[in-house]
Amino acid sequence: MNADAPLLQMRGITKRFPGVIANEGVDFEVRYGEVHTLLGENGAGKSTLMKILFGLYAPDEGEVLLRGEKVSISSPSDAIAARIGMVHQHFMLVPTQTVAENVALGLKSKRGVLTDLDSVSERIREISEEQGLAVNPSEEVWRLSVGERQRVEIIKALYRDAELLVLDEPTAVLTPQEVEDLFVVLRRMTESGRGLVFISHKLHEVMALSDRITVLRNGKVSGHTVPAESSREDLAQMMVGRAVRLTPERPIVEAGPPRLTIRSLSVTGDRGTTAVDNVDLDVHSGEILGVAGVSGNGQRELAEVIAGLRDPQAGATIDLDGMSLLGVDTRARRDRGLSYVPEERMRDGAIGDFTVSENLILVDHGGDQFSRSGLLNFGAIKEHAAALVERYAVKTPDIDTPTSSLSGGNIQKVIMARELTAEPKLLIASQPTRGVDIGSAEYIHERLMEQREKGTATIVISEDLDEVIGLSDRIAVMFEGRIIDIVDSEDATREAIGLLMAGVTN
Amino acid sequence: MSQFFTLSILVATLASGIRLAVPYLIAALGETIGQRSGVLNLGVDGVMLLSAFFTYWTVLETGNMWLATAVGLGVGLVMGLIYAVVTVFFHATQGISGIGIFLFGLGFSELMFRKQVGAPTPVDKIAEVDIPLLSKIPHIGELFFQHDLLIYFAFGLVPIVSFMLRKTTFGMNISAVGENPQAADSLGVSVAKTRFAAILLGNLLAGLAGATLALQLGLFQGNLTNGLGFIAVALVYFGAWRPTGVMVGALLYGMVQATVNQLKIQGSIPQSASDIAAMAPALLTIAALAVLAGRIKAPSALTRPFSRA
Repeated sequence: MNADAPLLQMRGITKRFPGVIANEGVDFEVRYGEVHTLLGENGAGKSTLMKILFGLYAPDEGEVLLRGEKVSISSPSDAIAARIGMVHQHFMLVPTQTVAENVALGLKSKRGVLTDLDSVSERIREISEEQGLAVNPSEEVWRLSVGERQRVEIIKALYRDAELLVLDEPTAVLTPQEVEDLFVVLRRMTESGRGLVFISHKLHEVMALSDRITVLRNGKVSGHTVPAESSREDLAQMMVGRAVRLTPERPIVEAGPPRLTIRSLSVTGDRGTTAVDNVDLDVHSGEILGVAGVSGNGQRELAEVIAGLRDPQAGATIDLDGMSLLGVDTRARRDRGLSYVPEERMRDGAIGDFTVSENLILVDHGGDQFSRSGLLNFGAIKEHAAALVERYAVKTPDIDTPTSSLSGGNIQKVIMARELTAEPKLLIASQPTRGVDIGSAEYIHERLMEQREKGTATIVISEDLDEVIGLSDRIAVMFEGRIIDIVDSEDATREAIGLLMAGVTN
Repeated sequence: MSQFFTLSILVATLASGIRLAVPYLIAALGETIGQRSGVLNLGVDGVMLLSAFFTYWTVLETGNMWLATAVGLGVGLVMGLIYAVVTVFFHATQGISGIGIFLFGLGFSELMFRKQVGAPTPVDKIAEVDIPLLSKIPHIGELFFQHDLLIYFAFGLVPIVSFMLRKTTFGMNISAVGENPQAADSLGVSVAKTRFAAILLGNLLAGLAGATLALQLGLFQGNLTNGLGFIAVALVYFGAWRPTGVMVGALLYGMVQATVNQLKIQGSIPQSASDIAAMAPALLTIAALAVLAGRIKAPSALTRPFSRA
């Protein structure tokens, strides 16, 4: 072992997939006791690089050195044995098993073929205490909150004595307060000499936590930097390759009369509990109302009720321009001027196997514009699709490409194009830029602003606080199904909204 | 009708119910192990038919029941190997490949029977073993302690399988790969090996279930199982993927069948309606599944082949 060598060195890593070069000559290094952030758009090659490190992919070229010595890691077991831990973005937990069982999985038991959960639990308690990661070892994982599940993931890695820990977008699912707690834990881990790889595209978090930053673009390293020498705009530029406006310009628009009026709205959720609890809400013409909240606090159900995908409990009123939407089916709601950009864009927003042009007319294919006596008018459809692809800058080989082969950002542009062509009076956009590259997000934000100027009443539901604050005129914060406060975005700070999201009101 | 309720007939019916439940129980326990690991095997009935035939044929030729049981287990193992290779390594769609196994078992067992045996020839049935002292207790003895060894073994399997699934590292691996194979893989648990082992165990038990059927009846004919293996698959759902639940389902099934048989013997059910009465257990299963549906949760990765990336 070489004492001066960094903990991890990846040199000249190249990985090719049919038709794509996912990593090309990537150099990456982690020292003992530092947080090294890996920043990049979706598809920039971050996950591929980490999958190579974790033994899930074999690199075509390049070498990996741990503690100065060349290693060959060809499976997760090798990685664990080399003291590499990974906290995956989508938790790698077995929900039906207890915390202790999840931690013990894959480890040799002291009792041979029998499990040794008691001694595992004992060790988990020790780690919890040392690292400030409170969790009950005998609790079944499905009962745990998202924050607790993440602690279990970290404990899993520490239990295996990980010295190099990779955290893949660990903050995506956390409240701002939980993010702060996590950062404290991570800092403590670096103090004991561990090296961390932090993967994120939330720029303010990257600035707050990182010692060093490596930016990837199109599989190559596009820059190395440290937080003190770069602004968020600089980082975004390294990621995208051009200057990007992170917060949209928000011209003054005089808000008109209320278009959407909601009174006494309660909604039953999937589990039979009350997901939306007695909500009153007005959204005005020319206004963007942001809905902030930790995922699962009723935002999705609220959107689905307005869109007509879910029924409210008795006693509610939902009016659009003074006419009730209750008992009106989704088609008729659209005809009255409602557009909906759903949260799960591939499940609810588009049909993956359909071509771009088919998805662009998905809603209107029966109308006179695109069909006559039930037969589709392909000439008109092609013309329409080509125009929209052009106007919304959808990156696609042609309009007959299957939608599922586009990137997330471009799929979202297709859906936006379709929904906005209807010139909606009311637009509901759920997580409009989640998983969307920065360039496309900038574009989508501009389109939302354009709609606002045209007098559309818009609801933007987002877990990205920067987005909510940047876009909205007013921000409604949801907690446990209720709107616990509505604040003017001029007065809103991340901290204040974060507290409200955790249910704290003064 | 009153005749049916005499104690001795009731005891005889219940004892017969326990006996009839056993092939279901063994097959369903095996299927439980497989499904807990995320692999659905619809071929159980086919494996049972093959193993029942070879078991029967071995008894016919050698008269050795232990050898015959071993042959039945061997058939299960071979079929398990085939199914495991196809589903684990080639990621075949489980529903379809299971039906393939069933059709193969159905056809091949009948073909072999016609070629090698021809006319139905009864052989000795497996003997009952009375447990000393206990079997002498009135009624209780007849009910529980005058059965063949395979029956005792089958019920002994329930706590064994239950213990294996809950208290061993192998059992923990099985439920991990059945619920979240990516998680298991990320911790170095081989999804392929675990599923392979679970499938082999499951098919071994399917083979034993077929052997039990042949040894208890002392007979073979084409489609001997008459869909028994499919019922066993349904019982896994009925029992919510737990060995004790599966046992309750199998017993319920055996009891209903025994009762229908008894009523037929007594003439309480007219001969003309006997086919309809024979459907009672199936209707019961459908009703039970309809009631239970939604309240029980299958292993999340059931029927989903696993591959990295």
